[in-house]
Amino acid sequence: MLLPYFQWLEQFWLGRFIVESNWLFPVIESVHLIALAVLGGTVVIVDMRLLGLGLKHRSVSEVAREARPWMILAVTVMIATGLPLFLSEPIKCYYSPAFWVKMWTLAAALLYTFTIRTRVTRSERVQNTARQFLVGALSIALWFTVAAAGRWIGFS
Amino acid sequence: MSLLAFCEWLAATSGSIALHESLYMYPLIESVHVLALCIFVGLATILDLRLLNKVLRNVPVSQVADRLLPWTITGFVVMVMTGSLLFYAIPIRTYQSVWFRGKVIMLILAGINVWIFHSGIYQRVSGWDMAGRTPAAARRAALASLLLWFGIIVAGRFIAYNWFDCDIQPQSKFVNWFAGCIVPPAQ
Repeated sequence: MLLPYFQWLEQFWLGRFIVESNWLFPVIESVHLIALAVLGGTVVIVDMRLLGLGLKHRSVSEVAREARPWMILAVTVMIATGLPLFLSEPIKCYYSPAFWVKMWTLAAALLYTFTIRTRVTRSERVQNTARQFLVGALSIALWFTVAAAGRWIGFS
Repeated sequence: MSLLAFCEWLAATSGSIALHESLYMYPLIESVHVLALCIFVGLATILDLRLLNKVLRNVPVSQVADRLLPWTITGFVVMVMTGSLLFYAIPIRTYQSVWFRGKVIMLILAGINVWIFHSGIYQRVSGWDMAGRTPAAARRAALASLLLWFGIIVAGRFIAYNWFDCDIQPQSKFVNWFAGCIVPPAQ
């Protein structure tokens, strides 16, 4: 159903430009990976706190508030580099199950992070609750699936 | 035994061949390598940003370091284990990769940087734990750490590309020297 759109995207100049260059794809990919590391740190530090690990002597809200601008920066760089990577091979992505797993879990992870997880991380208390634990565990599971599925696109 | 001979021996072991030819093990190990990267470089970045006064400024530096370091070290151990397996799967080509060699050099520099930081300015952390501005030596170490680890990520990713492989000749003199290529003399 979406195939014609992906075929149309394949013609887009930005993707062609990347395909015709030897260097551009790996260079963009490297920036994508660096942003992944930063995103990983900013997500994991909050999730660890929700699990009662890491900076457990601080309130959840403090850790989340501090991590948030860096997380948003990292997500922005990831999308800004991920889009051109996708545009360089839309048809390959269309036929890659890993790509679709990544896109669906990414949508779920973003939605979850900026709704439920944001609300739960507003808590000022230092004590941990079972609800926080579950929210942190689900967040880690979602983001790790996104990262692993993303790596897997390259194997197909 | 030279390192190259060792890599040739390694490449002939059944474990290396099995890993190299496996359909799922190699990608699986590489995925774990990437996930460990998120934890290791991610948390190292948080500490570096703290040392640069860019995050968690109300949390003492020593608290950030003490609480995160066990996880950073765990992530690093997983990185080394999975990284060794990835090397074990493709020993000769990796050993003769300019990117791999660049990565090893940066890893050594990153190690020296950690050692200088921990044996130097961090010994006196109680004096600047909550300072509005961390000492210049701490900021220098943080900046060096960020640049080195980001460089290591890039070099690691580029090992996959074969532009400078020894079996693709001609290469520049520098590449052949740095990669340790054994080039037969021109006919």
